[in-house]
Amino acid sequence: MAAADTSLSITETGGELRVGIAGPLTVEAVGRLDRQFRDALSATPRQVVIDAAGITALDSAGAWVLRRTSDAFSGRGIDVRLDGLQARYAALVEKAFVPEPEAPDGENGPNPLIAMTARAGEAMFDMVQVGRDLFGFFGLTIVSLLGLLTGRTRLRFVALVSQLEYVGLNAVGIVSLLCFLVGVVLAYMGSLQLERFGAAILTVNLVGVSVLREIGVLLTAIIVAGRSGSAFTAQIGTMKVNQEVDALETLGLSPVDVLVIPRLIALFIALPVLVFIGNIAGLAGGAMISVLTLDLTIQQFLTQLKSAVDLWDFWTGMMKAPVFAYVIAVVGCHQGLQVSGSAESVGFRTTKSVVESIFIVIVLDALFAVFFAEVGI
Amino acid sequence: MDAAPGTDMAIRLRGVRNQFGAQVVHDGLDLDVRRGEVLGVVGGSGSGKSVLLRTIIGLQIPAAGEIELLGERIEAGRGEMATRKLQGRFGMMFQDGALFSSLTVAQNIMAPMREKGGIPKALMHELALLKINLVGLPPNAADKFPSQLSGGMRKRASLARALALDPQVVFLDEPTAGLDPIGASNFDLLIRDLQRSLNLTVVMVTHDLDSLVAICDRIAVLIDKKITVGTMSELVANPHPWIQEYFHGPRARAAFDTPGLGDRHAEGGAS
Repeated sequence: MAAADTSLSITETGGELRVGIAGPLTVEAVGRLDRQFRDALSATPRQVVIDAAGITALDSAGAWVLRRTSDAFSGRGIDVRLDGLQARYAALVEKAFVPEPEAPDGENGPNPLIAMTARAGEAMFDMVQVGRDLFGFFGLTIVSLLGLLTGRTRLRFVALVSQLEYVGLNAVGIVSLLCFLVGVVLAYMGSLQLERFGAAILTVNLVGVSVLREIGVLLTAIIVAGRSGSAFTAQIGTMKVNQEVDALETLGLSPVDVLVIPRLIALFIALPVLVFIGNIAGLAGGAMISVLTLDLTIQQFLTQLKSAVDLWDFWTGMMKAPVFAYVIAVVGCHQGLQVSGSAESVGFRTTKSVVESIFIVIVLDALFAVFFAEVGI
Repeated sequence: MDAAPGTDMAIRLRGVRNQFGAQVVHDGLDLDVRRGEVLGVVGGSGSGKSVLLRTIIGLQIPAAGEIELLGERIEAGRGEMATRKLQGRFGMMFQDGALFSSLTVAQNIMAPMREKGGIPKALMHELALLKINLVGLPPNAADKFPSQLSGGMRKRASLARALALDPQVVFLDEPTAGLDPIGASNFDLLIRDLQRSLNLTVVMVTHDLDSLVAICDRIAVLIDKKITVGTMSELVANPHPWIQEYFHGPRARAAFDTPGLGDRHAEGGAS
């Protein structure tokens, strides 16, 4: 496309503006000559003649510039003539116009400060709305689970087993590795501080209590929220985009029964097991550091651990696992079903699901801590 | 059909073979598309029409054979580079639109212009609005996101993007599927108009017999992993059973009997 050989000449003689174009008037040429075409509009002649005889090729960009120039002059009451345009281009020039956009309402918009306050307020209301929706969805899963108990619906066993493998078995490696490392860090940092008081042996108490009561379950829940909660949202969200969820409903199947319940039950079973494995791994990390830096034997570590923690420390940690599992599964599936329209929405909802479930998990953990302190266990 | 390399053929395929695993889709396929013609590609479901388009534009590397698009060879294994040289000289309208979902319609149309460079921003915006109007979308569609559009509107927006740089060759994958009959017929006219004034070469996969009758100069039929090309009247006389059934079925007769479309075909064939 030799755009360089397109020439534009604009001459004004005795009130007549002559716009002469020679060569191909295509998008490259138009990009280059746009400035000149616009500058020509500043003239106020009595008559305008656009000499189009020299145009050897015309595309829609070229037709637009011709049309724009001619319409701008005729809009100001100036007579415009388009000369010598080849007949085969006429239809294109005829079509090349942009209809007037409707007048934008409220040209200046509201005060930016007010707009910002309004947005913040809207975000608050959105949060309340999300909370309400989530609570409603929570109720829906309860109803569906009750249906399972009364035999109204049946458990999808194959889906449950495959979800169990994915959220449970496949997560064992990462959960135990991360819990082990956190146990190592905890023991190491604790021993450095406690050695100053000559109470290095209490490192075992520190690791034992904090891993069993808090770290094991919290860390595992956060890993699972990032790994499985997000996967729930993405899987269900993609099905939603492909209208698979709609297809389920037309078959008379409830998406909650088919998609949500197997995931929920799978996580409900898998998370406590993962927490148990995480606890063991965390304690093993603490034991390793104790043996390496505190010169304890494994036997001494276990004896000290036994005196430091009682069974309730273990159970307070484990009790939280099913609750967190329920929250992660409900939030993940709920966000998945909230996906609408585009693939972009899947990504947005997945992020939201992880943030929301980790947020709720930590809030619940704090409430649990207060509750256990009040009850005295 | 006797095209030597470097003549005025827009597209030239020789001995193209495409296969997915053990399944051979095309085998020894030859095709010549003349500059400035509208070629309709038809074939049964799964006969590889979309694969053929993808092969021509270098998205699918064939197992064997040569492809020439606008005089440039699309080389096996270097498809990406070959098509980059051709940037802006061909446009493709995908079956489901394939609009960028994070951009508005106007931004989608401006994306190829922005990549090309050398076009002032104000003009880019005007051209985007122009294309939106050309493909029959309402002006307020410009600032909408693809997810806010209906299927038919997405198709039009996709055509607008394919035409953004006024390319020489346009590939259309089922352009009128999913449009209402009035919209489809306007779409046909639009393609014909643009094709005439820009001397566009159009390759369109279509099942719409009205489109075939109305605007296609020649029709390529994909059967038995190869292509049979001919004008409508040549194909109607072709004895192959699939072609006979295709062009003599009840839907085909309805399309031929519509007087307006038949006239346009005659006019199109003469030009």
